[in-house]
Amino acid sequence: MTKPHPALTALLYGLLTIGAVIALLPFAWVLFGAFKTQAEIMSAPGAWLPRSFANLDNFVTLFSERRFGRYMINSLIVSAATVITNVLFATMAGYALAKLEFPGQKMVFGCVLAAMMVPYIALFVPQFFIVVQMGLVNTLTAVVLPMAVMPIGVFIMRQFANSVPDELLEAARLDGAGEFAIFFKIFLPLVGPAIATVAIITFLNSWNYFLWPLIVAQNQDTYTLPVGLAVASQAAKSTDYGLLLAGAIVVLLPVLILFLFLQKYFVQGIAGTGIK
Amino acid sequence: MFRIALWKQEPSPWRAATAWLFVAPFMTIFVVFTAVPAVLALIYSFTDIGVADIRHPLDVDFVSFQTFARVLTNPGFLKSVWTTALFVLIGVPLTMMIGLALAIGLNSGITKLRATYRAAFYLPVITNIVAAAVIWQYAFTLSGPVNSMLEAMGATGPNWLGDPRMAMPTVIMLAVWRNIGTCMVLFLAGLQAIPTDVYEAARIDGASAWRRFSAITLPLLKPATLLVTVLMTVSFMNIFDEPYLVTKGGPLSSTKSVALWVYEQFGQGNIAPAMAGSYVMLAIVVVLGVLQLRLLRAH
Repeated sequence: MTKPHPALTALLYGLLTIGAVIALLPFAWVLFGAFKTQAEIMSAPGAWLPRSFANLDNFVTLFSERRFGRYMINSLIVSAATVITNVLFATMAGYALAKLEFPGQKMVFGCVLAAMMVPYIALFVPQFFIVVQMGLVNTLTAVVLPMAVMPIGVFIMRQFANSVPDELLEAARLDGAGEFAIFFKIFLPLVGPAIATVAIITFLNSWNYFLWPLIVAQNQDTYTLPVGLAVASQAAKSTDYGLLLAGAIVVLLPVLILFLFLQKYFVQGIAGTGIK
Repeated sequence: MFRIALWKQEPSPWRAATAWLFVAPFMTIFVVFTAVPAVLALIYSFTDIGVADIRHPLDVDFVSFQTFARVLTNPGFLKSVWTTALFVLIGVPLTMMIGLALAIGLNSGITKLRATYRAAFYLPVITNIVAAAVIWQYAFTLSGPVNSMLEAMGATGPNWLGDPRMAMPTVIMLAVWRNIGTCMVLFLAGLQAIPTDVYEAARIDGASAWRRFSAITLPLLKPATLLVTVLMTVSFMNIFDEPYLVTKGGPLSSTKSVALWVYEQFGQGNIAPAMAGSYVMLAIVVVLGVLQLRLLRAH
């Protein structure tokens, strides 16, 4: 494409910069606010900068008086478990849907699409009944189970698997390789980036998951970080913002750090869900 | 030109068994946590199930369409339908226009800082909603950072979360902020799929910038637009987290979406109305989804 006029380019950079600053403002608020004492917020609620960035009281309170340490461990367990199950099961299902012919294939893919479209609000009450019947209320297992294979992961895997040439798999078959050997030795090594994408999307979804853990975790021992923060925010009578904003930072930080290092996969994951 | 012959897989029972083994985990979770709940919700919509029946869900009475009739004449439910419509009608176009504008901006030949801008616009997407809601509650208090910023510019900020007229725009802002990045990335992928020589040819033929946009970009962007429209509509129709966390649906139910209404009914033990309400919404989602696909395909 030919280069646009320099003045236009300057205008474009100006607009994009203003937009980026607006998009990032909330991060400035949370970063500055988390270091404020409650007295500071009460006396000067509109001030942006805290008196001192060395005031870590809010973070200490979260982990000593509140149980954010427990919530953090629960969140890590839930996320680790969901990432492992999703990567394994989505890769298997995606491979079967793209590379094996079997009766019922179309129906299974229809289920993947349906699962992505159904509004979650229509499912959570019966899901709760089922978990009650299984005797799993208030366990981390109940938090993990419904998202043990998310349809989005299967969908992404199928898209990637489609781009693996059939000839490679067929050649292995002619050489007498079994179906499992083809999957593990030929297919898996080829779809590393797809696995990374599914792992990241799954981590993001499970770390940020809110409504289901809120319903199924009914005491502090099984709260995940978002549930713990939401309960604290609703109990705090909307005054102790310093503490809540520090809690927000604890929730945000792991994802932000991952994003900084693995941006490519995040964006690929979103873009890969559709147009291809 | 030679073409390598593509092997057509021979049907093999062993391979079919392997395939079913591979999709079994997904299908099991799908059946237990999506298909069965969807059917249960429909069945229970026709019963008088209440909170006391949760442990004995088979022991309920059928009341045919009574629950649906009660829900569809409930003023609270009807108001929540209207509120959800507002979320969709304002939120979806707003998010899509900003997302498209940013995608075009990032795709118009700039090279410096491109990745940085993209990261900045995408960051809100991965932000945890509970954390974002806490930030929103703090930033939009009466004399909080937003209003102090407005004051510095000589304007008087409103009572964002306390005024029934302002709460809705404030919650929509949060939802838009969190969804723009998704639209941008999808539009960007769509734009990058358009070959640049089409633009060159149009430019040589003397087409104006607007003409190039309306005659090339928009039509060729149709697959991306279709996808984004469906994704955003579904996401705004199901909106729950933002109003639940920031305003609890208030003040005066001004931000109470259908999803939030359903959740509240569940919380109060009105299980049957909750399920009937969620099925009304499911029906609307399906009808709208099919309509959108038809409309965009037809054009």
